[in-house]
Amino acid sequence: MSRIVRPIPGVDAKLLVKDAAKLLPNAARRRFLQGGASLGALVLLSGCDVTDGASADDALRAISRFNDRVQALLFNPNRLAETFPESAITRPFPFNAYYAEDEAPEVDGADYELAVGGLVQEKSSWNLEQLYALPQETQITRHICVEGWSAIGKWSGVRLAEFLKRIGADTRAQYVSFRCAEDYSTSIDMATALHPQTQMTFKFDDAILPRSYGFPMKVRMPTKLGFKNPKHVVELAVTNDYPGGYWEDQGYNWFSGL
Amino acid sequence: MERVVAATAQPHGTSQRTIHPLWVRVTHWINVVAIVLMIASGWRIYNASPLFPFSIPDELTIGGWLAGALLWHFAAMWLLVVNGVIYVALGFATGRFRRKLLPIRPRDVVVDLRAALTGRLAHDDLSVYNAVQRLLYLGVILAGVVIVLSGVSIWKPVQFQPLAAVFGGYEGARYVHFFAMAAIVGFVVIHVVMAFLVPRSLRAMVRGN
Repeated sequence: MSRIVRPIPGVDAKLLVKDAAKLLPNAARRRFLQGGASLGALVLLSGCDVTDGASADDALRAISRFNDRVQALLFNPNRLAETFPESAITRPFPFNAYYAEDEAPEVDGADYELAVGGLVQEKSSWNLEQLYALPQETQITRHICVEGWSAIGKWSGVRLAEFLKRIGADTRAQYVSFRCAEDYSTSIDMATALHPQTQMTFKFDDAILPRSYGFPMKVRMPTKLGFKNPKHVVELAVTNDYPGGYWEDQGYNWFSGL
Repeated sequence: MERVVAATAQPHGTSQRTIHPLWVRVTHWINVVAIVLMIASGWRIYNASPLFPFSIPDELTIGGWLAGALLWHFAAMWLLVVNGVIYVALGFATGRFRRKLLPIRPRDVVVDLRAALTGRLAHDDLSVYNAVQRLLYLGVILAGVVIVLSGVSIWKPVQFQPLAAVFGGYEGARYVHFFAMAAIVGFVVIHVVMAFLVPRSLRAMVRGN
């Protein structure tokens, strides 16, 4: 059967579709018409009770929290991330953040103080001299970004577990949260905080951490995705109240373990 | 209209013989939903850091942005894996895999492929797969196993280090995952075209006969 489509005189087809789309109640349906049948809208339309974008999002986030619990069970506190020889280091190591490299926070090392809070016995803050005096070790591990790319780098610093011990942290608490100079934030589970490769990092590739990589301190953990490795950390807290984080609050999976 | 009446009026007999038991049909259609969600969200994730010098058009993806696509991907994975495990377990337990997919003789594949490409391959008996079908169905099941295992390696390269090592580590697993996806998409294209060329096969996967 052949079909001949003739434009109706005096009616602009595009305007007609636009008007029809306005009558439809939800944003996904409007996008479906306006955007021309995207697969996303199709999926939303075909779902029974997920035609409402908000409830689909709620359901997906609930599954994401379930996945947090699964990942916590899969996490083996004794399993070390693979380490590499010097020759494997990615040079130049990629810069990545939600700001441009020349917009990276500038922290004055002389004034810097790491604030410590929450369920810890010693709440006094730490200056760089005190932090640099802690026992340091070096790791060459793979940094994996949530975007998919990865790069191998060399980081030196003190084990977070060692620092938590020195400040008398309640290691039965659930979370350790980090706040950064530019107000970025993230948080991790206590098991990961105590992992031997989770490190308060002061050096990259044997040199003092440059501004773009998180001067004066980042927290490096090869068992989590890159965005869980905060740079320019100015505050650390131990807590039982879920702290969330900058990207986590926007929908990225909280545990994000590797 | 006529055809619908004729079909429903058929008495129980040889033509009502079940080609696809209920478990095959149910797992098949759940799998359709699962792989559409996995591939469409996976393409969006691919776009965040493409392995090759091309991206997938955003209109073909779901999730809206990387975080949304990841939420879909790691939700639909449960549907894919649970359904897939049930399908594979029943495929072995009922003997369906052995009965339907084996043997695959290279000679038969060549003969049937030649016949298929020249449009002379018969589909009289839908309950027996020709050699090309057997090869493709077995192949896509294996691609399914590979895509799940390489996916687990990308998701948990530290916790499942020995598994990831099989695929050449984290970066190797990304490539394997991509090519397994490409193989499955290639299969789906052929599979859907064939289903429309032989509509009785589509009916068999819906109604069972």
